[in-house]
Parts: sequence; structure tokens; C-alpha cells
Amino acid sequence: RVVDLQNPSKARWCGNITFGAEFRRFSLDRSKPGRFDEFYGLLQHVHRIPNVDLLVGYADVHGDLLPINNDDNYHKAISVASPLLRLFLQRKEEADYSAFGTDSLTRPKKTVLAAVLLRPDANRKKPPVIISLPRDFRPVSSIIDVDILPETHRRVRLYKHGQEKPLGFYIRDGSSVRVTPQGLEKVPGIFISRMVPGGLAESTGLLAVNDEVLEVNGIEVQGKSLDQVTDMMIANSHNLIVTVKPANQRNNIVRSGGGGAASGSSGRSSDSGASFYGYSSSGTAVATTPAHIIQNYHPEEVESDEDDEDLVIEAGGEAVPIPRAASASCSMPALPRYEPHLNLRTAANGALAASNSASSLSALSPTGRGLEGRSQEEDGTVITL
Amino acid sequence: MKRFRRHGQESHRDRIKQELYQFNKTVEHGFPHQPSALGFSPSLQLLAIGTRSGAIKLYGAPGVEFMGLHDENAAVTQIHFLPHLVELVTLLDDNSLHMWTLKAHKGVSELLEIGRFTLTGPPGAPPSVTRVTAVLAHSSGELLLLGTEGGHVFVVEVPGFRELEERNISLEIVTHSIPEEYGGRRSLEHVESLQENPANPQQVLIGYGRGLMVIWDLDCQSAVKHILATQPLESVWWTEDGLRVLSSHSDGSYCRWSVAGLDTQSEQEKSEVPYGHFPCKAISKVIQLPTKQGPPFLLFSGGMPRASYGDRHCITVIHSKTHVALDFTSRIIDFFVIRDGPDQAGEPSALVVLVEEELVVIDLQTEGWPVIQTPYLVPLHCSAITCSHHVSAIPLKLWERVLSAGALQNTHYSKKPWPITGGLNLSPDPPQRDLLLTGHEDGTVRFWDASGVCLYPMYKLSTAGVFHTDADPNDNMNQCTEGEWPPFRKVGCFDPYSDDPRLGIQKIHLCKYSGYLTVAGTAGQILVLELNDESAEQAVEATVADLLQGQEGFRWKGHTRLEVREEPVLFPPGFQPFALVQCQPPAVVTALTLHSEWKLVAFGTSHGFGLYDYQQKNNVLVRCTLNPSDQLAMEGPLSRVKSIKKSLRQSFRRIRRSRVSLRKHHVNNAAKLQDANARLEAELAEMELAPVQRKIEARSSDDSFTGLVRTLYFADTFLSDSSHNTPSLWAGTNGGSVFAYQLRLPSVERRAEDLVTAHPAKEIQLMHRAPVVAILVMDGHGSPLPEPLEVAHDLARSPDMQGSHHLLVISEEQFKVFTLPKVSAKMKLKLTAIDGSRVRRVGVAWFGSSCSEDYGESGLTVLTNQGDLHVVSLPGVKMQVHHPCIRREDVSGIASCVFTKHGQGFYLISPSEFERFSLSARCVVEPRSLVEVPHQTPTSLSRAQPDGASEYRYEQPERASKNHLCNNMKTALTGGKALSNGGDFHICSVSIVKEECNDGE
Repeated sequence: RVVDLQNPSKARWCGNITFGAEFRRFSLDRSKPGRFDEFYGLLQHVHRIPNVDLLVGYADVHGDLLPINNDDNYHKAISVASPLLRLFLQRKEEADYSAFGTDSLTRPKKTVLAAVLLRPDANRKKPPVIISLPRDFRPVSSIIDVDILPETHRRVRLYKHGQEKPLGFYIRDGSSVRVTPQGLEKVPGIFISRMVPGGLAESTGLLAVNDEVLEVNGIEVQGKSLDQVTDMMIANSHNLIVTVKPANQRNNIVRSGGGGAASGSSGRSSDSGASFYGYSSSGTAVATTPAHIIQNYHPEEVESDEDDEDLVIEAGGEAVPIPRAASASCSMPALPRYEPHLNLRTAANGALAASNSASSLSALSPTGRGLEGRSQEEDGTVITL
Repeated sequence: MKRFRRHGQESHRDRIKQELYQFNKTVEHGFPHQPSALGFSPSLQLLAIGTRSGAIKLYGAPGVEFMGLHDENAAVTQIHFLPHLVELVTLLDDNSLHMWTLKAHKGVSELLEIGRFTLTGPPGAPPSVTRVTAVLAHSSGELLLLGTEGGHVFVVEVPGFRELEERNISLEIVTHSIPEEYGGRRSLEHVESLQENPANPQQVLIGYGRGLMVIWDLDCQSAVKHILATQPLESVWWTEDGLRVLSSHSDGSYCRWSVAGLDTQSEQEKSEVPYGHFPCKAISKVIQLPTKQGPPFLLFSGGMPRASYGDRHCITVIHSKTHVALDFTSRIIDFFVIRDGPDQAGEPSALVVLVEEELVVIDLQTEGWPVIQTPYLVPLHCSAITCSHHVSAIPLKLWERVLSAGALQNTHYSKKPWPITGGLNLSPDPPQRDLLLTGHEDGTVRFWDASGVCLYPMYKLSTAGVFHTDADPNDNMNQCTEGEWPPFRKVGCFDPYSDDPRLGIQKIHLCKYSGYLTVAGTAGQILVLELNDESAEQAVEATVADLLQGQEGFRWKGHTRLEVREEPVLFPPGFQPFALVQCQPPAVVTALTLHSEWKLVAFGTSHGFGLYDYQQKNNVLVRCTLNPSDQLAMEGPLSRVKSIKKSLRQSFRRIRRSRVSLRKHHVNNAAKLQDANARLEAELAEMELAPVQRKIEARSSDDSFTGLVRTLYFADTFLSDSSHNTPSLWAGTNGGSVFAYQLRLPSVERRAEDLVTAHPAKEIQLMHRAPVVAILVMDGHGSPLPEPLEVAHDLARSPDMQGSHHLLVISEEQFKVFTLPKVSAKMKLKLTAIDGSRVRRVGVAWFGSSCSEDYGESGLTVLTNQGDLHVVSLPGVKMQVHHPCIRREDVSGIASCVFTKHGQGFYLISPSEFERFSLSARCVVEPRSLVEVPHQTPTSLSRAQPDGASEYRYEQPERASKNHLCNNMKTALTGGKALSNGGDFHICSVSIVKEECNDGE
């Protein structure tokens, strides 16, 4: 059998933008993988970097980044190819060794990959990370749809991803004043009542106490009870988009003319976002370049729909993610430890089933996907850090 | 073109939806919550009950039911049928009077409110002047006499509610007619009672609260006679011959007065305190009824010795030498006696007593006065309902066996037919036999015939006998010692006191084909029972299932396990327990299912789940689902209560402390103290007003009770490979986990010897972690797998094992379909993310089309925490219809909901009443009944049309069109009477006559 291999280049995940992103796709005969040093040579040849020391890694079915540096793990890597094997090459002097390891099993695969690709590692000694471009960071929140919302409203997206940080806010009942044809009218509303220090909501600085919640993931909350809105938010917590009317209206995004350059968000996020604001105001009409800023991601990485992250564990302790793994071993105390050496057939079948399900999903709900895609396009006016 | 076609398909689908689904709340089963008034029409043979929430319900023959609701949310205090008519008048707590009628519409009678009235007094009069305390619906059917708190009697013409001021009986006139020495100093107080002379409709007895009774002649508008009683009056009864009056008094006495003579003052024939010597409570109502030969029946309520039996709710019945004090289970609202004969003038046949929690009917013609079992108004809550389970389409064989087991339990009931026979039940015979099982707090399971409009009790199963309980079985409350005075006899079945709360039934599963039943309770007990037509003495074998499986660091702080009787116990015919599993820790059982073909029972608690083989009586599998960091689940139910108590105590301490400290600092300064108090009050007010806030946080594995098992499901499906189907067990937890086990069953001939084994096959962790409420496997055709033995009994098509099976996991937040055997997501329907509601109850139902006999679809019936009902199609999981059904605040109503397999459902609207609803257009059970205008003998006709009445008949006030209509009906009625000479006819024919009247005008 023939194995396809895909090698995204080193630059993309070591954060060095002086290297362009390089992808190579080539095939190997699975029955005759050969030895590691031959393979190493092949890689250097394929990427045309014959004199550069490389650190080779591959993504296993759990999304773990595992090294390839001898014949044994090389053969193992080939055997789990299903049928695609994703390799990651790093220059040895820039290598991020902390990305390797099996303990990453507890994190969803996407997060692991995203972390490898995008996380600015504070411990890294070698070349200093250039923090001028947002694609070096994992977004935690963004203001979206600036071009279609009234200036008094703000649509905030919180990227929970699988990280441990709590969303960290509370909501309450309240009353707000609406302009109606009959004049001003007092109507019940839902408000943010408290922020948890250190929580995701607080750290973004985009939400504040007494902001009125108008929508949750595009659905109006008016007429819904506090408990209903709570349940809606929790049900969407993996990818929460809230439209608020900020209590403090002084930090609204002011659109100038038709272009709509953003002037930043609330003041509290200014410290870490300084360079970023420089970027966004440097002549780039952010609102008109949708998805540009986060296009380093696979769209699905951002569209972290929880439905695709359900975890299925087959008998004998093999974990098959559908289609992406999100381990929850912590919630299953009685589980045996997952076997690191996976049965080839099972893994291949799992991946096949995964891809099948993905395609059937998209085929089944074209409208839903389309909508999501559109919101994705409108995305990314401002990203805070 | 494409768009056009799609539009066409949609409208086609809409039409199919209309043919499949229709939402109706159809009938209320059980006993009305908080009844407050009772009425009876001897001519219509209808019973009326009013409640504190303003509902009025009419019952006749079994199946004949009507319900009305007053717009005012006030209690109904009195109900009076207009004699010989289909109208009735209700008096509410807010002093308003309402006129109701039964009107035929499309061949079915409806209860309609046709008028309302509030008495208006002279300007400037205090409200007590017009506060109605007594109502008399005069036998003419034309007049209402209203006695008030001020002592006046107002005369009102009905049905138009026109006040006839010139005929009012004012207190002043009455005072003038009585001797000076009686009336002189004190007022006569309110009008306590108004009674018509049965022999002379023109004479009315007015009883005043202080004790005075006056016989008033309506014709000459003057007092004819007076009775000077010295004790405060409670009630008055005029004997049928019109010669004597009985009065009951607040000191526990009753008196008999002769009113036959011409004297203006009546003589006291007899005065007696039946339970005398020591002070007694009031006799609130007294009745005396004659019998053809022999002494009359005397019945009265109350009158018990205050000190020793003041808390009893008694009605005393005295006939000849028989004297019984019927001791009821709750407060007596009212009672009446039904008499034999076409015009209700014969022998007393049955005593009907409405007490606060039940209706009791006593057969007065059978020796020993046994109770007649009620076909409706059965107190569902005789012990609090803890769960319910519905089984549709019961095979006749099982039905008959349950009925015969139930018949053996009902031998103490009277054999007489139900004495209330009004109306015609026109609803078609139910298409199938349905059974509703209710589990109760006292460990009983009651079987109800839920096929039709009447929820009829069939059989009662008690599980308490299996265990040692605190109650001594010899402690029989019904024992009545010889020679006891008063001669008490316990009647009624309402018994809310549970011997041991651990006995409470939490889950029920009945296999209708095999007659195997499993019930599970509060203390982790799971009983497996078998239907046996003979009584049997057997010991129940107990097996302990240790759900902790060696998990350490936990301490169960809840109740202990129930203690099992080891000696053989005699079980009566019916369902007899033969196996018992006891969970350890003994937490409440939260999920239960039975597979009669495999002879397996699966059970779950907050700690894990287990699989029990009831043929070999051993545990096949025990699995702990606990999260080690979940302390709450471990400590049991008591610790939570404790913590609430603790927090309450703390908050009180805090308030007290702040008060104390305030006092300390500002003792000498009154102004400052006041200031501080005001501040404290403001603080307290703020505390009360402090908005409720909700935390927004993704669910984590550390949440409490994630291990609680919510659902268990048996399926024969493709669990591990797509070519071999195997038996499997599925379990879903509160934390969004699904566990699947592959079961290996020995061959039938080796079933008794070889062990059943279970192997873990799959685990699914839903990423949204919402509780899994149901699991379902659909076959290759997309239909849910049939129930065990259903195919063997030729009642279901065998499932399609060729195509691929699908797994449907229903969590509180979404419906999700996975492929099998490779569990990969296929499609989903999100609920919570879209509208914020969560799935509370779900059932699988078959919806038949109302238009074509052979078309139908499977669907899920879903109840959300917002009280909305949804139908979700299968296998496509698409939302079909939704209807608001239960108030979202009504948490217990939502929790009590149970669905049938044919798109109906039940939920509790009060502790004692089930509301029945239907989502199906084909399958609807609702009352359809017709009430006829009563037969009238010539004598009663003449009584109904006294001379004086005719002058009012044709001068009806044209106050409202409603009244107008009613008047016309009345005109038609009288005309009808004249024409048909006492023959009966239906109201619908009246409406035709009515139209003619309108034409005439």
C-alpha cells in the first residue's frame, strides 16, 4: 500500500516568519518503509534543505505530537498512517521540545496542534518570538460583525477551546429602556452581573458588569427567562458569541466612512494588545478583510463545534475520536490507561469512519454549514489577546 | 422550478403534520385539589364539586364529566342546582353568584357559564349587608333567596338575576314579628340557613345565626311562625312531610320542633346532645329521612366530644338500633343522601360524603353499610405519588389476570352499582386496554385502567411486606373495640402517612407480554415480581450490589438499607416478588429496565449501574460511574438538607449579630438607633431584592452527580461489528457519558446453568456533557427497535437487521444520531442552544394519521423544562410541532409527566389529579356526554310551576343577550313540558325551539 505523507514546513509552527510555510506531500510504500536515516535524507531532499538539522515529529491518532528519531518510532509512525501521516519538521536549534509527549492526550487534538503551531512559548530560549502579528497567538476572544451591528452593540466571541480557564461571568435579571413607537418603554432584560477574576470573560476586557445581553449565538434573548438564557449560554459555552449593549458606551467602535477601521475595544485589554492595535490601525481596513487575521488556522479549528468532539472509547481501551479526539479521561476514573500502541486496522477504520461522518455531516446540513461559514467570513475585525 | 417543487413538498408535509398531530388537554383524572363545595341534583342525577381555585366539576354516570372554571380565582363556597332544571348557581368567596348551564352542542353537552351577579345593597350600606351567607334555589326554578351576613334575605329572579326588591325580607320586619323578650337587645346575626317547606313551596324557613328560626310565607310576605332556639344555629332541616323542623347547634345538640300547629310559636319536641355529658363540638349539618316502614334515618356531621375526639371528622348515621359514627380521613366538606325512586322520594339508598381528600359513598341498604367503590374521583394521592409508568395495549390475558387479582382485594366493597347515574356517556369504547401504574410513597404500586375517561382502580400491589418496617403489622387502625362510645368506624382510603420513607417506589417497569414486573425504591431496592393467580408463601432472595466497586474515600451519610424478612411471607394472588437486589450504598434508584426475553433487569443509582439475572438470581455486572471528586453524590440525600439548614442558621445569626452590634453602639442615641434600624431594614430589603444571578460556565467533569445513571436501555443490535447483532445494555449518565456493554446469553437450554456475561464494548463521552435522558436504537428502516417479546407475540414487525442500525442519544440539550457499530455522529437536533429549553421527559410514540388508516410515523414526544411539548420525527430528528402545555413554574407537574406509546400523556396538576393530554390526531380520549332534561312526573311538574311563578315568566329583563338566550330557553322548556306532558327531550331540541322564539319576536 502506498502511504501519503504531508509535511507542513517548520516555519509555520516554530513561529519564524522569515521562513515561508512549506508543505510537501509525497508517498511512501508502506510495505517497505526502509530505515530512519534514509527517510531523514528523503525529507531533507524533498524540502530542499540538505544541510539543516531537523527534528521530525508526527501526529498520532490522538493528536499527540510524537518524535521520529529512530527506526522503531519511524516504523510505528508509518504503521499508524491512516492513510495520511502528518509530519512536522523543526529546525533543531529552534525546536520546541515541550510540544512532544503523551500527556497532551488530555487536551483536544486541535488544541494541541494549535498550541504547537501558535502558542508563544515563554520558556523558549532561542529566537525571540515576534509578537507583532496576531497569528502567532491563539485568540481568546474577538469582536465580530462590527460592520453589520449598530455602534452601540458589540458582538463578542469567546474561544473556550478546551482550555482550563473558566468562562467566568454571571448574568442576572434587570430592566432596560427601549425606544418603541409608543415612546420609551421599560422592558425586562438580562445583564452581566459579575466577572470572575482571572476568568476568560474578564481577561478579554470585552465584557463588563452591567452590560446588557441581547443575543446568544445569534438568538435574541428577549422574552426568555434568566434560566433559559443561562442554559443557552452553557449549551454554547464551547464557542460562545454574545451580543451585548455595553454599559460603558464610550469605548464603542466608531466606524469612519464606509471603510470601518476599528478604533479598539474597551480600555482594559490595552496592555497586551498594543502592538496589535498598531497592526489593525496601520491602514488595513479590518472590517473589510474578513478572516484575514486568523487565516492561519484551519477554519475547523476555529469552528470548534463540540459535536465533533464526542469521544468514543472502544472495548479494550482504544480511543477513537470522532472525528477529532477530545479526551475526557479525567471524567472516567475507571478506564484503563489508553494503550499507546494502536492496532492499525482499528485506527484506520476509525479515521475512515471519521471522515465519512464529516462528509455526511456537511452533506446533511448544508444550510447550517453555510451560515457558519458566513459568520466566519465576517469574523475577525478585532482580536484581543 | 426547483424552488416551486420544494414549496409544494413543504405544504404537503404540513398537511401530513396536521393529520398526525393535534394537541388537546382532554380530561382530568383523580380527585379535585382542595374541594370547597358540593352540590347534587336529584333530578339530573349529577354531582357537582367546587374547588378553592374556582373550578367546578360535574359528574354523573361513569364517563359523564363536565368541567368549568370561574374567571375569578376565588373559592367556590356553595353550589345549588335549580330544581328540575339543567342550571346551577355557584357562590364564590368574593360574593359573586354565577349561573351555569349544560348546553348541547353537536350532540354533546357542554358546561357553560351564562350569567353572573353580585348583590348590591342600598347606597352607603356596609358590605356585610350584602355578603351572602345562605342560598336557596326555590323549587319554582324562578327564584333565588339570598340570606346575608346582615340578616336580610334578598329575593332574586333567575336566570336573569333581577333583584325583586319588593319581595325582600328585611331584618326589621322579622324583628317586629317575634316576641319582644327574645329579639329585644341583641341582633339576630347573619342568616345561617334557608329551607323551603317540602310540602308547601310558599313557606320558607329562615334560620339566623343566634338561633331564631322564622317561617316566612312568600305569598303573603309575612312571618307565619317562629322557633325560639337558645343556642347558636348551625343548620336546619325540614322533614319531608313539612310537619317538623330539625335544627343543629354549635353546642353539639340537635332539636326537633313541631311546626304543624297554628300557633305562631313552635314547640320543642326533643333536644338532645348525642355525645353529651362533656362539652361537644358543633353539629354542622343534620338530615332526617323517612323510610317506608320503620324508623327514619338520622344523619348528622360533627358533634363529637371536644376534649377526647375533637379532632375526628365524623358523620353519625342512626337508623333504628344501628348507630355508627363514620370516621373520615379528612375534614368533611359536605354530604347528601341519594334516595331511591324516579322522583327521588323513596328509601335512602346511599350516603355521599365529600371530605377534603376523597369522595366516599356508603351503601345504606346493605347490611353493615359497606362503601361503594367510586368509578371516578378516586384519590390518586391516598399515599403521595412518587412515580408513574404507562403501558399501552395490554394483552387481554394479562388484563383479566390483573382484574381478577384486584377483584379479590375489593371484597369489602358493596356490590351495589354506582348510585349516581346522570347523563349519557357517548364516548366510543377505548380501542385498546391501557394501564397506568403509579408508585407511591408507602411502597405500593397502583394499577389503573387508563383506557377511557375514567381512571378506574384495578389492583393494588404492596411491597412493604418484603421488609421489616417500623410499623407493627398487628397495629390495625380499623379495629373497633366492642362497646366503644362513640361507635367509630373508619372509612376512606386516604392515608398520607408513610411508615417508612425508604419504601417509596421510584421506578416501575412492566413487561405486558410475560407479566414480569420490576419496581425500585428509595433505599436502592429492586424487586422483581411475577404474576401469580394463586397466593404463595415464599421467602424473597436478596442480592447485594456493591456499586462503589472499591472506590475509596466516600462515606454514605444517608439512610440505611431496608431489612429483608428472611422467613417466608404469604403473598396474595397478584404480583408476587421473587427476587430482590439491594444497592450499596442504598441510594435512590434512578433508572430501571427489564428485558423479559433475556430475563435481565438493569438498574442504576447515583453511584453506578448493575445488571441482574433474575433467572439465576445473580449479578451479571456492576459498574461504578462515580467521579472521585464528587462528594455530594456520596454523602447521600441528608447532607444537602443539612447544608441548607446550616446556611439558614448562619444567615439568621448574621442578621442577629448585626442587630446586636447596632444596639451596642447606639444604645443611648435613639435617633441613631432609628437610623440604624432603617438602614438594617434597607439592607434586608436589598437582600430580598438582590437579583438572582446565574453562573455561566461550561460543564466540567467535576460537577456534582455526573455519575448519576439517568437511563438504561436493552437492545439487540450491531455493537461491535456490522455483521453480527448481539444483545447489549446501554447506560447514560448525568455527566453526558454513555456506556455500552455487549451481553453474552447462553442458549435457551443452557440458560439456567451457564452464566450471562457482559463485556464493556463502548463508551461515549458527549462533549457538551449534558445529562443523557434517553437512549434508543433504530433499525435499518429507521424505526425504533421493538419491545422484548413484542415480535414473538406477533405484535410488531421484526426489526430490520440487514440495513445499518443507528443509535439515538437524547441529552437534555440535544438529540444526536450515531451510526452503529462505528459510533460516529450522523446528525443532530439542538434544543438548548437554540431556545434555552432542556429536555425533561421523552417518550417514543407511534402517530397514526387521522385521515388514512394505514399511514403513521414514529416520533419522539418531548417535554421541556419550559413546560412545552414537542414532537420530534424519527429517524430524521426534525422538530415537528410544539405546544405550550404546563406552566414552567410547575416543576412537580413537569417532573410527573408520563407519555403513552400512542401520543398521549399524563401529568399531575395537583397532588391528586392527573391531566390527560393528547398530541395525536387519531388517538384522543376525552369525555363526550349528553345530559337530558329530567323526567317529570305530573306532581313535580305542578310543584315546579307554582301559581305565583307564572307572573314572572314572561317579563324577563333584557339585561344581556346571554340572559336573553337563557330566557328563551326557559320559555322553550316550559313549552316543552306542556307539550310532551312530562316526556324527556334533549337540550338540542330546545335550541330549535329557541330559534322559533326568536323568530316570533
